[in-house]
Amino acid sequence: MSLTGIIGIALGAILTNNFILVKFMGICPFMGVSKKMDTALGMGVAVTFVMTIASLVTWLVYDLVLSPLGLTYLDTMAFILVIAAIVQVVEMFLKKSVPSLYQALGIYLPLITTNCAVLGVALLNIQEGFNLLESIIYGFTGGLGFTLAIFIYSAVRQRVEEAECPECFKGFPIALIAAGLLALSFMGFSGLKIF
Amino acid sequence: MDWIMILKAVAVLGGLGAVFGTILAVASKVFHVETDPRFEPLCEALPGANCGGCGYSGCAAYAQAVLDGKAPVGLCNAGGDDSAQKMAAIMGVEAKKVGRQVAFVRCSGTTAKNKGYYEGIDDCLAATKVGGRGPLTCKFGCLGYGSCTKICPNDAIHLVDGISKVDPDKCVGCMLCATVCPRNLIVPVRYGTHITVGCASTARGSVTLRGCSIGCIGCTKCQKTCPKGAIKVENNLARIDYELCDNCGLCVEVCPRHLISDSNLTAKDVGEVHKHRVFQRQG
Repeated sequence: MSLTGIIGIALGAILTNNFILVKFMGICPFMGVSKKMDTALGMGVAVTFVMTIASLVTWLVYDLVLSPLGLTYLDTMAFILVIAAIVQVVEMFLKKSVPSLYQALGIYLPLITTNCAVLGVALLNIQEGFNLLESIIYGFTGGLGFTLAIFIYSAVRQRVEEAECPECFKGFPIALIAAGLLALSFMGFSGLKIF
Repeated sequence: MDWIMILKAVAVLGGLGAVFGTILAVASKVFHVETDPRFEPLCEALPGANCGGCGYSGCAAYAQAVLDGKAPVGLCNAGGDDSAQKMAAIMGVEAKKVGRQVAFVRCSGTTAKNKGYYEGIDDCLAATKVGGRGPLTCKFGCLGYGSCTKICPNDAIHLVDGISKVDPDKCVGCMLCATVCPRNLIVPVRYGTHITVGCASTARGSVTLRGCSIGCIGCTKCQKTCPKGAIKVENNLARIDYELCDNCGLCVEVCPRHLISDSNLTAKDVGEVHKHRVFQRQG
């Protein structure tokens, strides 16, 4: 596969088709853990990590098990199973081998099991007909896009917290408006194309 | 569509589940991490509120520090004696009796005068940064922008008549409020303390009086009155030695500025102190 193909997938996953701001997947961690910049970054790193591995394993399961047996209609169910198992194994592995990273990711790691961006990337890989390498790149860059969006949003939110705003908008309402404006700004990337 | 298809689907998903289940079971053995068997009971002995009052990031971090020998037992104010005893039993050491501690705001300046008006961020620290240490004439008093009320995890500190007041029954003594008070007004006192000095002004009497009518002017009336010698005026401010104080309340009566008060930091035995004071007067 060509370099432009890779860059095209990366640009698409990070900017033009950002998982959170354009595809609206993974909204719950986006709203839930974006109050502080460092926790948002931790969540982003954890999601990137899991999305990359999930892309690899789900592609293998789909192409080596489901597809030959003609059971492709079971993909959603099988992927949920796969993702839940991966997250568990990764958590155990980190706890043993990289305790510092385990401490840093903390509660976010098990939360990713139910993150729809991870299931989304696995299903999109199949839909787009990506090969193994493309799937992994799509998963990784999709995670980067997630990290970018949640990090920008957490910075915006920290500023909004301090700013004066009408009483009725304080807290969550103004945060939702900020998320909407951020999504609007990402629409500006929709014209971006690779020659 | 026939039975074979259904059976195949069940077998594949069941098989996948079994494979992943086996991997997880193996992984849990391979990646098993030895934890100290005392860690779990230590965590259970702590309240689990993660307030950070002990100086560690949470209850688990404090438990780990105790295990590593970096911290003594009984640093937890929220858990009090109860959790200190439990932790001591687990660690096999003697716990010192700490008693339950609650926060106390050393200011009763509801009549404090302003030297200017402050309009800005609703935060005490921010207010002290402008106009020469804030809008109050008194350089020691409570600013009343409620930084402590916002940080309190237990809704135990409220603004009453413009100054912060702690509800001792809700307070767990984590002292988070003390960390955000730019005036350092909030101190830990033993739960059940009655006589408190509600002022922190160490300025000269005339200076204090200019800013607030409820400020300690260092007249030493309380010091002279106290039959136990428990109250001393140093740096123009009365201080109580709680080891000697027996809650007789005589200082409360003589204080001309009414800043020494019977704060009654336990709402439960109000009757107790009244009996005590009546007895004192009769005697």
